[in-house]
Amino acid sequence: MELEERAKNVRRRIIEMVSKSKSSHVGAALSIADIVAALYFSALRRTTVQAQERDRFILSKGHACAALYAALAEAGCISQEELDGFYIDGGKLPGHATLSCGAGVEASTGSLGHGLPIAAGIALSARIDKKGFRTFALLGDGECDEGSVWEAAMFAGNAKLDNLIAIVDYNKLQAFGYTKEVLDLEPLAKKWEAFGWAAREIDGHDLKALDSALNSVPFEKGKPSVIIAHTTKGKGVSFMEGRIEWHYKSPDPEQRRRALEELQ
Amino acid sequence: MRRAFVDALLDIAKEDERVVVITPDMGFSVFERFREAFPERIYNTGIAEQNSVGIASGLALNGKVVFVYSIVPFVTMRPFEQVRIDACYQNLPIKLVGSGGGLTYGPLGPTHHSIEDIALMRALPNMSVLCPGDPIESVLCTKEAHRIPGPAYIRLGKGSGEPTIHESTPDFSIGRGIVLKEGKDANIISTGNMLENATLASGLLEKEGIGCGVVSMPSVKPLDLELVSSLSRKAPLFSLEEHSMIGGLGSAVAEFLSESGEHSSFLRIALPDRFCHEVGSQQYLRNLYGLSPEGIAKRVISRIK
Repeated sequence: MELEERAKNVRRRIIEMVSKSKSSHVGAALSIADIVAALYFSALRRTTVQAQERDRFILSKGHACAALYAALAEAGCISQEELDGFYIDGGKLPGHATLSCGAGVEASTGSLGHGLPIAAGIALSARIDKKGFRTFALLGDGECDEGSVWEAAMFAGNAKLDNLIAIVDYNKLQAFGYTKEVLDLEPLAKKWEAFGWAAREIDGHDLKALDSALNSVPFEKGKPSVIIAHTTKGKGVSFMEGRIEWHYKSPDPEQRRRALEELQ
Repeated sequence: MRRAFVDALLDIAKEDERVVVITPDMGFSVFERFREAFPERIYNTGIAEQNSVGIASGLALNGKVVFVYSIVPFVTMRPFEQVRIDACYQNLPIKLVGSGGGLTYGPLGPTHHSIEDIALMRALPNMSVLCPGDPIESVLCTKEAHRIPGPAYIRLGKGSGEPTIHESTPDFSIGRGIVLKEGKDANIISTGNMLENATLASGLLEKEGIGCGVVSMPSVKPLDLELVSSLSRKAPLFSLEEHSMIGGLGSAVAEFLSESGEHSSFLRIALPDRFCHEVGSQQYLRNLYGLSPEGIAKRVISRIK
């Protein structure tokens, strides 16, 4: 199946999940749909290697977990029944990614700024054990306000962890305003470079560009890599795109119908 | 206690190659021998405690058993949320080791005192809380923390200079107290670095004709409920700790006793709910706050007479 098809399926699953459970963060999940599709259906070495050698993926922006669960369902790691229990009384999948769901989630996240330190620790353990797998961490742009992100960035640069890859979902919107106005991240690529990382900026909805960037890491030997993925919050559903309220709202039945129609 | 901890850790690391040490830039004159023996298994992650616990969690997710070492506030409070989520929620083998329990760093002031750490660590699901009372208990607690699968917190006292209270290595496992002597008139349950003063207070009381027992309770969580229950039915019971009144050993014992039916009187001997603005050594501050042997004996006498 083509990546485009996978990404569309991930988006359709996200719409179904959030409307069924009346949960929030649909905009954040749609923002990373292409990134997780490119990871799970191209970049991550998951099934062709032994379990211990699998590439790890940490969703640091844990509130966008509908996209992760959707990708894991698309990859056959989560059943439709489990997916139907997302954010629902008695279900197994809470509104922030959790290790205990036992479905291929690599770390419990949801409090921002935790994922990159954890990913750096996993990358360090791979080096200690002389294992060849890579660790990918997906961060939100608003999440980059957290000091712990930069603690980890400094550590990974200093430790020359070139088996670590960060992806920043740069959709320019955070919980209560535009990123540029709340805490401007610019110059973002230069910040990472100053911390010892090799950076590349791409269109985070261009699957070819994502595929090519994710499959050419490390960008530089001896440096961790960061992909700054320029994205649109709510991408793929016209009336959700770039609108902050879709950080909170859940589509009603009519909005669900219109969204799924657009994602045909 | 710190020296005893490092000796124990070296022994453990020789046997278990999963053991890794993470330190946010602490450990001068502590970890040199470890670094010499296992250069690939100790990392100074810089003065960045949140990241340090995050790194430890990543290592633990991939099979390592990680000891994270710093001064108490910087291994419990500064990275509290990483401890809560990364270590405890994920239930990982991360062993936090804090040096300078209670008022150890007296004249450095309240930034370096640790009088709320037991309360904070005790409240976390999956976390075990171990406060050794002397160098022998320090070794025992380190081994127990390593033996159990989940997260643990070990609260050490000074680097060295604390007396060895136990004459020989007592039987100890997590969740079990250590009875040094039973008293007919009163019993003190002490945790952490108050053990010496508990025994000295017991000696002073002896001279007054009061038989006061001493029980060491390094395992604050899980607590030895059976032992607390049996002691509470025999004679007035006292808890003793260099920690705030709120949330430490005294609270743990009170929570249990208040729901456990009949028991004799119980009194917490601990620090008041305030920052310590007076400047002085551990000894000086202990005298000021009634945690000297004399102060403790006085509290016992006024309670039981």
